[in-house]
Amino acid sequence: MDLLKVVLRHPSGRIGAAIILIFLVLAGLGAVGLTPHDPLKQFVVDRLKPPSLTYWFGTDLLGRDTFSRLMLGISESFIVAFASVAVAATAGTIIGLFAAWWGHLWDGVLMRTMDVLLAFPAILLALLIVAIEGAGMVTSIVAIGIVYTPIFARVVRAPALAIKGREFVEAARTFGSSQGYILTRHLLLNLVAPLTVQITLALAWALLTESGLSFLGLGTQPPAPSLGVMLAESKSMMTRAPWLMIFPGLTIMLAILGFNLLGDALRDILDPRTQGRGA
Amino acid sequence: MSTLLSVRDLRVGFGRAPEDNEVVKGVSFELAAGKTLAIVGESGSGKSVTALSVNRLVDFGGGRITGGSIALYRPDGTAVDITAADEPALQRIRGREIGMIFQEPMTSLNPVHTVGAQIEEAFRLNRGLVGAAATRAARDALERVRIPDAAQRLKYYPHQLSGGMRQRVMIAMVLASNPRLLIADEPTTALDVTVQAQIMALLAELRQELDMAMIFITHDIGLVAGIADDIMVMQHGVAVEQGALDAVLDDPRHDYTRHLLQAVPHFNAGSAVRSDGTARNAAPIVTVDNLAVRFPVTRGPFRRKTGAVHAVDGVDFDLRPGETLAIVGESGSGKSTTARAILGLVKATRGRIEAKAGRSGRPVQMVFQDPYASLNPRLDVEALLAEPAIAAGQRLDATLRARMVFLLERVGLTREALPRYPHQFSGGQRQRLCIARALMLNPDVVVLDEAVSALDVSVQARVLDLLIDLQREFGLAYLFISHDMAVVERIAHRVAVMYAGQIVEIGQAAAVLGAPQHSYTRRLIAAVPAIERRRQHFTVDVTQVPSLVRPLGFEPPAAKWREAGEDHRVRVEESA
Repeated sequence: MDLLKVVLRHPSGRIGAAIILIFLVLAGLGAVGLTPHDPLKQFVVDRLKPPSLTYWFGTDLLGRDTFSRLMLGISESFIVAFASVAVAATAGTIIGLFAAWWGHLWDGVLMRTMDVLLAFPAILLALLIVAIEGAGMVTSIVAIGIVYTPIFARVVRAPALAIKGREFVEAARTFGSSQGYILTRHLLLNLVAPLTVQITLALAWALLTESGLSFLGLGTQPPAPSLGVMLAESKSMMTRAPWLMIFPGLTIMLAILGFNLLGDALRDILDPRTQGRGA
Repeated sequence: MSTLLSVRDLRVGFGRAPEDNEVVKGVSFELAAGKTLAIVGESGSGKSVTALSVNRLVDFGGGRITGGSIALYRPDGTAVDITAADEPALQRIRGREIGMIFQEPMTSLNPVHTVGAQIEEAFRLNRGLVGAAATRAARDALERVRIPDAAQRLKYYPHQLSGGMRQRVMIAMVLASNPRLLIADEPTTALDVTVQAQIMALLAELRQELDMAMIFITHDIGLVAGIADDIMVMQHGVAVEQGALDAVLDDPRHDYTRHLLQAVPHFNAGSAVRSDGTARNAAPIVTVDNLAVRFPVTRGPFRRKTGAVHAVDGVDFDLRPGETLAIVGESGSGKSTTARAILGLVKATRGRIEAKAGRSGRPVQMVFQDPYASLNPRLDVEALLAEPAIAAGQRLDATLRARMVFLLERVGLTREALPRYPHQFSGGQRQRLCIARALMLNPDVVVLDEAVSALDVSVQARVLDLLIDLQREFGLAYLFISHDMAVVERIAHRVAVMYAGQIVEIGQAAAVLGAPQHSYTRRLIAAVPAIERRRQHFTVDVTQVPSLVRPLGFEPPAAKWREAGEDHRVRVEESA
């Protein structure tokens, strides 16, 4: 694909894509059970072993292999991040499109609702939703999805308004094209670039929010590991077994860095000013 | 006469390797003090880059002077080589010795400061005037550019002024430095034709008053006839012809100059109208009866309606099969709003628009002004052309593809265009695509809203020919909206002149253009630039278009018409 080639030519795009690719492979292997050790099985004799050739990233208090748990944790966290961004992008795009298209009262009602949601700090709003609905993976997906919906609604509405006033949309009206056709072929198709950038960046935020929720015990429930759960478990042994904290922490940091680098690269590439074909 | 500016073998390039990307390839000219040089060329000819090199503004656009010299002579006889000057020296030269005005007066003024503050700033920087002295100087400058009520206008913000007024403010700011050389880069291109005539007259007068030399850049060779002493024609970065105005216009030596002179639509006052007649008595295909379009003006937090903009008021006309009715007028005259009301893009407040159902369910189609904005950049040509048919319930099948190919070939493109995207085509080709798209459903009427205005002159002429051919072949009726009288003369059978939302004169093209009756029509025709009108003196006309904002419930008085001949009606003027 063209876009992939261009991304790989962009310096930060290359690094970002490489990081994300490595994590995706680890997550995939973790999800199908191809880990060096059983991530849930406890080897009590090997409690709190530091990193070694057998246990690359050491073991925890119950003798579980940190590297294997990390692989499973990445897959758990990524599933929540991708699913919640899918929720946010879909809902936000629909809300933003309709606000721009119908205008007037609809625009006011929809966008003011989005403003109210946006006014809450992300983690606080997610906490509130989880507190009402109860902890669990599906709830965190929905909660994080709702939290990031307003950002997508905003990102979609402004360019949609601009495109709505362009002459090719007016031309479509003179042909008698249906609203559905205009919304999908003319508006949505021209929003692919900003949406791609936003989705990549939102994945980083969603990952961070998921880790935060899990850390507080409101996301993925133990014994299933997620990056936040592993951090929370390591807290009490910070001085005795620092590897328990360092590796999940580094993983979160690297994943977010990867998504951000990729997002920055996409923004550079898809920006109509740096691109011949316009958007 | 002393030489002011001497440019020798100027070369300018862009990009990382400017020597390999030269846009100006060895241009030389001399400019004497107080004289005007016009640089003429189409887009991409290097005319602006040449002029921007004279004050080295080209550096800020990524350009680099790769060769040649530019000598600016001081009154004491010393010369400065601009190509070798450093930035602080250039700043002094730009402010005090070389002034510049640009094409777009809205973007050249700062929207958050009053025009008075901006002119005073220019006086402070260049003359060191502050306080009351600066204010007085600013008022004098505005008066000098013939702005009425100058003292009041100082307090206006740029958006409160019309385009012509803003361009005058820009000129006033340049006058603050009392430059010996003024560079004017397409200063009237964004303006209406009557306003253009006013600005040209103003520049001509100021040049005399201040003994200022001028480099005037334009794509319109007809425009410079009234103002230039010398002329330089540029193509692909080379000056293909240069010399005294009369020599170049009367006896062009280079093919490209001849081509430009021919391609410029000449306005011939109605004597060059089309001779192919149409059935005078055929039943009209579109009838517009007492059309009014008003946009509410609201005020306050509750959007209370305080009045309305009467964009179109009481417009009647008939369009007969196979004929071209041109609607001419300036921006804000309501001509585009009328077209959009016919297409249903704006709602008519009152009146009747009747289009006879003809060969298809949608007998009226439209081609827009901007061929870059009217094609979705993310769709290929096949999807673009298919859209009207899909909207009409057809399927994308072999029959439809055959029609696409037929129309593409008919408008001068090939079937190879189908999988391409709009950005792969030039402006003229895109407009051809738009025309093909409008013909997909076999309409009876095509509304052309400034459809050739955005195109270079030579492209414009070819698209006009195409439109005339298509009209004959498919029996189309055109509603041709334009501000360009010369273009209208070539394509119209009948002409309607709109002013301030109303039709003031309508009739046979030869009659309206040849023997205009209404004072506005006369003013419009007098403002058309023409090569023939050489050094004709225009007086600065400061007539402003009246405000179209009316109080709630306002109804314009019923129009009185008089017949000025067969099929030629004129609105009776109240104070005439």
